[in-house]
Amino acid sequence: MISSNSRVILEVRDLCASIGGIEILKGVNLTVRSGEVHAIMGPNGSGKSTFSKVLAGHPGYTVTRGEVIYNGKNLLDLPAEERAREGVFLAFQYPIEIPGVSNSSFLRLAYNTMQAHRGGEELDPLEFDDFIREKCKLVEMDPGFLDRSVNEGFSGGEKKRNEILQMAVLEPKLSILDETDSGLDIDALRIVAGGVNKLMTPDNAVIMVTHYQRLLNYITPDFVHVMRSGRILKTGGRELALELEARGYDWVRAEAAA
Amino acid sequence: MSTPLEALINRPYEYGFVTDIESDVVPKGLSEDVIRLISKKKNEPEWLLEFRLSAYRQWLTMAEPAWANVSHPKIDFQNISYYSAPKPKKKLASLDEVDPELLRTFEKLGVPVHEQKMLANVAVDVIFDSVSVTTTFKEKLAKEGVIFCSFSEAVQHHPELVKKYLGTVVPSTDNFYAALNSAVFTDGSFCYIPKNTVCPMELSTYFRINTEESGQFERTLIIAEESSYVSYLEGCTAPRFDTNQLHAAVVELVALDNAEIKYSTVQNWYAGDENGVGGIYNFVTKRGLCKGANSKISWTQVETGSAITWKYPGCVLLGDNSIGEFYSVALTNHHQQADTGTKMIHVGRNTRSRIVSKGISAGYSNNSYRGLVKIGAKAEGARNYSQCDSMLIGAACGANTFPYIEVLNSTAKVEHEASTSRIGEDQMFYFASRGIGSEEAVSMIINGFCKEVFNHLPMEFAVEATKLLGLKLEGSVG
Repeated sequence: MISSNSRVILEVRDLCASIGGIEILKGVNLTVRSGEVHAIMGPNGSGKSTFSKVLAGHPGYTVTRGEVIYNGKNLLDLPAEERAREGVFLAFQYPIEIPGVSNSSFLRLAYNTMQAHRGGEELDPLEFDDFIREKCKLVEMDPGFLDRSVNEGFSGGEKKRNEILQMAVLEPKLSILDETDSGLDIDALRIVAGGVNKLMTPDNAVIMVTHYQRLLNYITPDFVHVMRSGRILKTGGRELALELEARGYDWVRAEAAA
Repeated sequence: MSTPLEALINRPYEYGFVTDIESDVVPKGLSEDVIRLISKKKNEPEWLLEFRLSAYRQWLTMAEPAWANVSHPKIDFQNISYYSAPKPKKKLASLDEVDPELLRTFEKLGVPVHEQKMLANVAVDVIFDSVSVTTTFKEKLAKEGVIFCSFSEAVQHHPELVKKYLGTVVPSTDNFYAALNSAVFTDGSFCYIPKNTVCPMELSTYFRINTEESGQFERTLIIAEESSYVSYLEGCTAPRFDTNQLHAAVVELVALDNAEIKYSTVQNWYAGDENGVGGIYNFVTKRGLCKGANSKISWTQVETGSAITWKYPGCVLLGDNSIGEFYSVALTNHHQQADTGTKMIHVGRNTRSRIVSKGISAGYSNNSYRGLVKIGAKAEGARNYSQCDSMLIGAACGANTFPYIEVLNSTAKVEHEASTSRIGEDQMFYFASRGIGSEEAVSMIINGFCKEVFNHLPMEFAVEATKLLGLKLEGSVG
């Protein structure tokens, strides 16, 4: 989907971050342009999820070095909620349950906050109901879920679908999908991936963090990056994922060390 | 470290101002002479003075309860003034003659004392320190036969009703603070709903403590005759002082056959500052008697203020098929302590009770639910359902649940459920990553948590309560 007039959405330079005094990211570099899909792969503990959370602004992590430029702004200067309002979206690996808060009122608050920021029109509950029912179709979600408490009692697959529903509602410029494929059966994976594909436009971009290449059968990446020990060690195209699937990760480190 | 969550709980108390008004204050200390003086000031009949003196003599033999999960320095009962009233210029004939300073006070508190400016359909009794200042809509209510006035007025105009019911639900010997109240109570509200009458409006009492060294000892009595219905609400605030004030109220409700009383409280006494200095000691005895068959009493409380809260609004389910309900949100922050819950005493057959308690603790506060469900030997087919949920905000607060269950009848069915959850960084981050700021996030989480209780508040007050919780929690999450 890369078009000739694509522009840089995200520029990560030498990003280092730690939690509790332990350095997890040790100099990440990444450039993402509009219309692109990037996959970040790597073994457990390589820093993939940390990278996602640091981009979204999780307050538990301290950025010790480097910079992140997002649409010309220094992203690291903004608190998490402002990053979200600027169009950065994180689909959680483990979405949080919020008892007593209905999914529809949560989504409406999020949507209206975003609209207020963009100078768009806010929707009242009735208008929002029409709006959200259309969005539900995108992830084949039963509108009955709208009346239930956010993620409470949802199955793993339902939670992940709910994340993509939120993505559909907020229409982010940069979506970071943190292991959205984990815990999904084949049907759910097809639905979730289908939703993401429908939401792709030449103006936005997606970073997918995943262990497995099977997600990439459904969402085709333009770039595949291998992360290890807090750095991106190797970058390639779609075929790199297949090679990783066949050979594992160790050869990448050996190659990088050589 | 001041995280957004922390920054959110610490908004200042809005009602902490003091009204500069000349007051008639009885010198500090408690004795039979002081009680005689209060009784005389209120022009009370002999039997009421006797009620007070006998309670006082009982009180002298009683000890303060030590079982609650709260701690405070010993209260010096001789260092409290037991009567404080704004000095009237002359006898008041109408609201126009009430001291404008007082009216301004209540305006500032958002309490509607002018009937034309009122919330539609709410009658208010306004109590300032020890006395009732005014009661609105009295005439309109009188047309339906509903009596709604200050307790002092009821003693003067309806002594037979007061005498018949006073102390029948909460005997003066019930506990230390009930005995103290029975000896020195000064004012409160009185409601009487006649047979087959649905009270045409919400009744409400607004309590305001203004004097630093006085206590407030109000007495409320609500009687619902056969097949009547009333919804009653009380609200409370107090100025910000560095000292602690004692508030020891007694509330008695009586519901006869097929009658229903719905009693709601939004308690926002001054809670002390962020270091736990000052605040009200709220030691209150509230009880309803479902005397008649098929009667129903429902308590809904939103407790957000007071340095220490010690109260257990309960129901004695005497009439067959009678129903008791208790819906509570208790929020504590900083160094507040709350030990609150309910007592459901099942005596009659097929009596039912339902308890929904939501405790929210933040800061260094300690929040305990304490509840008793007692099924008597003759309470065939009695049923109880209790649900106690606690929410912790931050790592330094505490939540406890102390359920007591006594069952003497094998046909009874008693259920108890409890849960504990925490608002933490991850929950806040989830909201933030959807563009929602911490203030709105906390408010949404808390309101979700309390929804089941708020649903039982009268509409206008549900909105108030929602706002109040938001204010109290500003800056506390972190």
